[in-house]
Amino acid sequence: MTTPEKPKVSRRLFAASGASAAAWVLTACGPRRLHEVPRDRLRVAIREMERKYSQQAGKEVKVSDAGALPGVEFAYALDISRCIGCRRCVYACVEENNQSRNPQLHWIKVLSMEKEKGVDFSHADPYYHPATVPEEGHFYVPVACQQCKNPPCTKVCPTGATWTEPDGIVVIDYDWCIGCRYCMAACPYGARHFNWAEPVLPADAVNTDTHYLGNRPRPKGVVEKCTFCIQRTRAGKYPACVDVCPAGARKFGNLLDKDSEIRYIIEHKRVLVLKEELNTVPRFFYFYAT
Amino acid sequence: MQTILLFSRFTRGSAKLILRGPRSYWVWLAFLAFLIVSGLFAYTAQVQTGLALSAMRDQVSWGFYIGNFTFLVGVAAAAVILVIPAYVYDWKPIREIVIYGELLAISAIVMCLLFVLVDIGRPDRFWHLIPPFGYLNFPQSILAWDVLVLNLYFVINFVVATHILYRAFHGRKYAKRLVVPLVLLSIPMAVGIHTVTAFLYNGLAARPYWNSSILAPQFLASAFCSGPAILLVVLQLLRRFTRFEIQDQAIWKIAELMAYAMFLNLFLHGAEAFKEFYSDTEHLLYTKYWYTGLGDHRTLVPYAWSAVALNVVAFALFIVPAARRHWLTLNIGCLATYAGVYIEKGMGLIIPGLTPDTLGEIYEYYPTLTELRVAAGIFALGFLIFTLMLKVAVPISLGEFMRRESQQELLDPVTQRG
Repeated sequence: MTTPEKPKVSRRLFAASGASAAAWVLTACGPRRLHEVPRDRLRVAIREMERKYSQQAGKEVKVSDAGALPGVEFAYALDISRCIGCRRCVYACVEENNQSRNPQLHWIKVLSMEKEKGVDFSHADPYYHPATVPEEGHFYVPVACQQCKNPPCTKVCPTGATWTEPDGIVVIDYDWCIGCRYCMAACPYGARHFNWAEPVLPADAVNTDTHYLGNRPRPKGVVEKCTFCIQRTRAGKYPACVDVCPAGARKFGNLLDKDSEIRYIIEHKRVLVLKEELNTVPRFFYFYAT
Repeated sequence: MQTILLFSRFTRGSAKLILRGPRSYWVWLAFLAFLIVSGLFAYTAQVQTGLALSAMRDQVSWGFYIGNFTFLVGVAAAAVILVIPAYVYDWKPIREIVIYGELLAISAIVMCLLFVLVDIGRPDRFWHLIPPFGYLNFPQSILAWDVLVLNLYFVINFVVATHILYRAFHGRKYAKRLVVPLVLLSIPMAVGIHTVTAFLYNGLAARPYWNSSILAPQFLASAFCSGPAILLVVLQLLRRFTRFEIQDQAIWKIAELMAYAMFLNLFLHGAEAFKEFYSDTEHLLYTKYWYTGLGDHRTLVPYAWSAVALNVVAFALFIVPAARRHWLTLNIGCLATYAGVYIEKGMGLIIPGLTPDTLGEIYEYYPTLTELRVAAGIFALGFLIFTLMLKVAVPISLGEFMRRESQQELLDPVTQRG
């Protein structure tokens, strides 16, 4: 005794369960490294991220999946003679990149160095706190990820959770990192930071423009680092630290563009890289413009 | 079917052995259980709050856990020092104790893997290392190599030890075709696990204290001291409390081999110290932090010199024949070796390697109570595994505990004893 309506219901049910099965195959088959995940599955994963982060922050959080542009290799140059050690870059970075406010986590560390000693880490002071900067007889060396061409950190990762993108940015998959911290031991620049406790990011402080390989919120127990503000630079903007620097000490651009400012600096100024002898080949240059 | 029956007899027999014991045995087990539970509570808190409960920070990102891991890889590798003379030169007195070296290696590897597990920030994601679900960055990452060799070494030792015991339980001799190739393979594997673990640190140019090619040989030398040191104490205890017989000669021989290993260890340390202090480059900082401290930062200095003193005492006691043959001095030598190598390879390797950090900052690391409790729990679990395995292995290899039928078949004077 079947009514004619019944098959319609079960067909709908069939379609719904079929769709959810397909969704399960696409998403719930177990997470995979974002490095190798196919484009369509990446989109599903990103929509899931947006849903989760928006719910946590109580406002709409966007997660970009913008890829590297062809013909682009990013590089950075920092004018040591201009830096005044004000640390505005440190805090602009924290706000832009959704770092934990408690415990505080900084991707940029500014070192105060003595002019007498030159660039010498064993006499550097990261905790300088005079009434005003710059201090007499001192200069400042801000250090963040050097985005090495020969990165010691990515090759040691046992799970392949960190890699170099085609535009030269070294990124981390926060959903794949197991938190073994081998990369932190391998990095010669102290650029990698670990979430020793659950990161605290107040909802009103969340920057809602994020990138899946950059400033999306991180969980406890994984490593994070500077990504040249991948969410900004892949959208044609400068990194937050470049924009905020009051001294104009920070320069950023495309290494492959012959007419770029970065190329001009490398070709015409006195340029150095940190720990050159380690052959890490940084894409982060320091120079003296004056 | 027959196999299942035989196996269930073996398991039931083993369970019976484990559940029988004198008062001191139960007190020992209760003590271990207490430490394990305390460690579990500490670890639960660490999982909830995060590794912030440890003293590790971005500056010193590895600490007590990884130090213990490194030390225990050495202990596990040291089974080899007993295996080589036993099987290659067929030197009888040592041959009968090889099985105990293997059981020690099994317990040590379990502890190693646990120390890595408690150190990682996301233990829930450990399966990310295991293909096909996960991804192992092999051969690029030395940690991937370490995961492979440690697990392989564990499997080899586990198979050999259980096979020998299982066969002995049923009154049969072990299958030579299986055991001999595996034992021969375990020799390069033992060297391998320790070399790979040394390379883990050795390959990091960012850390000059580790980036020295002397590291792997020095790891092996110190492992050949610490592993046998534990075993010598265990063998004496067994001799005391069970009918287990072991010739004095075997013990003295092992002590003599330890003296040579300790000499090599001290020599390699000396060579490294000479290079650092005489060339006096900026890389001297790390060695200085260990031996003399940097300014007011002197937390590790007492440990450094205790390790040197303990190692020298152990060497002196083992190199003098009269001293290594006297039970008191022999055991003092064993404890000194164990303590000396534990300090130099735990704290002494990891902490100065990371202090000062890569940007010159000095953060003085000292383990927190959480780390100490978790570590004590892991050691207790390792000792528990070792104790239970010995409880089964000793009677079986003494022929005290076999299936009755097979005992009937083997009525020769050796197994009849007692």
